[in-house]
Amino acid sequence: MTVSDIVNFFGLKIRTGENQLNEEVTGGYASDLLSDVIAHSRKGNIWITIQTHPNIVAVATMKELTAIILTGGREPDPETVQKAEEEGIPILVSPLFTFELAGRLYQTGISGMSPC
Amino acid sequence: MKLREIQDILDAEVVTGDANLEKEIKYGFAADLLSDVLALGRGSGALTLLITGIIHPQVIYASNIFDLGAIIFVRGKRPTEATLQLAIENQIPLLATPYIMFETCGRLYQHGLRPSIAKVKNG
Amino acid sequence: MAEAEENIRFHEMFHIEGGNFMNAGAISSRVKKILKEAGFPGKIIRRTSIAAFEAEMNVICYANQGNLSLFITPNFLKVVVEDEGIGIPDVNVAMREGYSTANEKIRELGFGAGMGLSNIKKNTDEMILTSEFRQGTHLEFVIYLSGQDKG
Repeated sequence: MTVSDIVNFFGLKIRTGENQLNEEVTGGYASDLLSDVIAHSRKGNIWITIQTHPNIVAVATMKELTAIILTGGREPDPETVQKAEEEGIPILVSPLFTFELAGRLYQTGISGMSPC
Repeated sequence: MKLREIQDILDAEVVTGDANLEKEIKYGFAADLLSDVLALGRGSGALTLLITGIIHPQVIYASNIFDLGAIIFVRGKRPTEATLQLAIENQIPLLATPYIMFETCGRLYQHGLRPSIAKVKNG
Repeated sequence: MAEAEENIRFHEMFHIEGGNFMNAGAISSRVKKILKEAGFPGKIIRRTSIAAFEAEMNVICYANQGNLSLFITPNFLKVVVEDEGIGIPDVNVAMREGYSTANEKIRELGFGAGMGLSNIKKNTDEMILTSEFRQGTHLEFVIYLSGQDKG
């Protein structure tokens, strides 16, 4: 499943990275704690969070995540959008809250990782 | 579903000794940050399970304010001693699962747990 | 503004430590307990505790320290929050939804969405916010016990 498939399936709005949606998603990772995402996310994961500040782009770039989905109707900060455009990181937004979005993504077959 | 079933689904440990595992839980809310927990103001607390990585007392205080049913810590995290004591005083069951938040939400959703709040109003 | 001098049935003051994120909510939790034991309706308790929580968070995020006082009278609940800290340069600007002066640490902890003050306004019947830049902030809010129900 690619990021584009997810965008279409869930009607996610695209805030940055319209042209970078073709990556295959390796799994889902939900966390708002940057140190945790850095420690445990895997390359190709799609990241679900409510964090909107520019550091999320640095983390996504560092860990080679395929996209960031902001939940609960959150919007990325202007600086975040700018940085994401520079780094080529798609930022998507959803009105759903984390629990439901993760739940639905899981049902499409995207898995969480094995237990730590 | 009962807290007991949630424990099974998530291979969870019950951290607060004699928690009431017969407690009925219908809704889930996932939050790593206290600020997001405030969104629960619109939900039905007592039937809600908070799914979180916050291990500090703030999570118990927040749960108090919204009368949440139970809390489960993800990613193998354990509450601090202060948090545990507060949970016992306030009779909030604490569970802990080795699964990550995404997996935890996924499994619970698959088993029928529904979101505490559907979506933001202008979503 | 409803006068707290009118027939105060109960009064208690709590100290809030600035920067103490780990125990955020401790004070509003106690406020809630008091109201619950006093037998107030659920909605009143919820609105008061949420407003108190937001006020407590503001002290923790932005001030060095503060005090939260709860007053119960026959006709209303009143909460007064006084803090010592940087204060608010322009109160009208601060009241705008989404306006935030949160620093990086506060943002990383997930706060600073700029909703706190407007959430307080939404949950209360009267609200007064005044501030002395570089000294501190004074916040008061009132919730009526009967009649108009903001829900």
